Amino acid sequence: MKRKNLDRRRFLLGGLGLGGALALGGCGRLAASRTGQNALQAGDDATQFVQRLLMTPQTLAPEFPASAISASFYANGTTDPGEADYKALAANQFADYRLKVGGLVTTPFEISLSELRALPSRTQITRHDCVEGWSAIGQWTGAPLHLLLERAGLKPEARYVLFRCFDTMDSDSLDTPRPHYYETVDLVDAYHPQTILAYDMGGAALGVPHGAPLRLRVERQLGYKMPKYLKSIEVIDSFAAVDGGKGGYWEDQGYDWYAGI
Amino acid sequence: MHAAAPSPTHLAFRHPLPIRIAHWINVTAMTILLLSGLQIFNAHPELDFGSTSSFYKHPALTIGATGESPDRGYLQVFGHRLDTTGVLGVSRSDGDVSERAFPSWITLPAEQDLATGRRWHFLFAWIFVVNGLVYLAFGLLSGQLRRRLIPTRAELRGIGASLREHLTLRFPKGEEATRYNVLQKLAYLIVVLGLLPLQILAGLAMSPGFDAVAPWLPEAFGGRQSARTAHFVIAMLLVAFVFIHLAMVLLTGPFNQLRGMITGWFTVRAEREAS
Repeated sequence: MKRKNLDRRRFLLGGLGLGGALALGGCGRLAASRTGQNALQAGDDATQFVQRLLMTPQTLAPEFPASAISASFYANGTTDPGEADYKALAANQFADYRLKVGGLVTTPFEISLSELRALPSRTQITRHDCVEGWSAIGQWTGAPLHLLLERAGLKPEARYVLFRCFDTMDSDSLDTPRPHYYETVDLVDAYHPQTILAYDMGGAALGVPHGAPLRLRVERQLGYKMPKYLKSIEVIDSFAAVDGGKGGYWEDQGYDWYAGI
Repeated sequence: MHAAAPSPTHLAFRHPLPIRIAHWINVTAMTILLLSGLQIFNAHPELDFGSTSSFYKHPALTIGATGESPDRGYLQVFGHRLDTTGVLGVSRSDGDVSERAFPSWITLPAEQDLATGRRWHFLFAWIFVVNGLVYLAFGLLSGQLRRRLIPTRAELRGIGASLREHLTLRFPKGEEATRYNVLQKLAYLIVVLGLLPLQILAGLAMSPGFDAVAPWLPEAFGGRQSARTAHFVIAMLLVAFVFIHLAMVLLTGPFNQLRGMITGWFTVRAEREAS
């Protein structure tokens, strides 16, 4: 009896020690391996699956009264792109700016800011949630993305919309060129009523820190899904061949593609 | 109490298998949720009330660094600042002094990596939720939940005596120790049916996707940033609960208690007379 108890104690202690070591020491290495990556990905897949199950394509993100607008809206990420093509457009108040719409569409086109402003618009006061944890409320006015997609006419193989931006981000090494910011959304979010190409913020033309001349709003996801400084819109069937292949600049750095949580 | 003759020492079956499995899955999930949660907190080490952030202007809580030379770390709660250099705000990782809210030895991953921290957090949040639902379903169907967590009227009347016993570290022995006493029942009830569901709701209230489905949820907490503050405070309360829980295990015979939660069997010691 005594002997048995001792063995059991040793077994229990050993088990606890092993479990603890695995849990604390192994987590980092586990997460870095391919299988680990895939396993961790399962949580995001579950989140996307359940959220899409609970929401309809029309379910709106909460909108707020004008009194709720944040006095100062923090501008995160790039706040003043230094690229020459962007600088040239900005110097002329984006009068020569043309948003390119192409890819898997029947009629690719380019559209100027004044033409965009002539389209039916949507104004919404929404909460912007950064992946870091902070929130700010702002008023956005812009052209619903679905109007542009309908004008272009999607081909049957269309699955995602790719947004390319003027601004570049830090690269991993000096040898590789600085990657441009980019993002992708699927057609559910692309056709959502609150998904707009915003040209006004708080009733005035969108400032450079917030993404002039155009930024995307995807209100049911986190801030990094809403690229600033939009250069072109491309309808695609897969983002596997675009840059890092994960569907966005931050996704290529390890962030989840579906940023609903 | 019992007759004068001490009852012989014997084994009593205490924890059914589904509850034991749920307990250990929960230990794993809550540990990873805490460590990855602190990693996520580090990306914006400030807590606010309302829908939006104050960006360190009038925060409820901040963990920061002065940026002076030498750098000092601090914890600031409602305007009261406490120097926490070495642990909070400024700490050593890999031999270097770095500015980070929680130190590397308590975050998952150890280095500053929000993306991976989020993946751990959400994967184990799902494991925690599914495990909790299985536990609740088993507990309700088997009657274990009522038997374990709901105090009887008689037990509630005896709460004063139980409190005195605990404060003097005299814990129930013999047959009495094979079921939860009234304080245990109340503590587990508050955690299992109060704090843990509230913690899940506070977490969901921070999700822009879930807020579209249930706009009332962040409002119920007083706004998204209030929900974030609640999520943090509840996490700290759960940590406090775990400390008390572990202290109780240590004080009442850790090997017997551990065996009870691993094999299900618990040794009932012969009660000493008039202790």
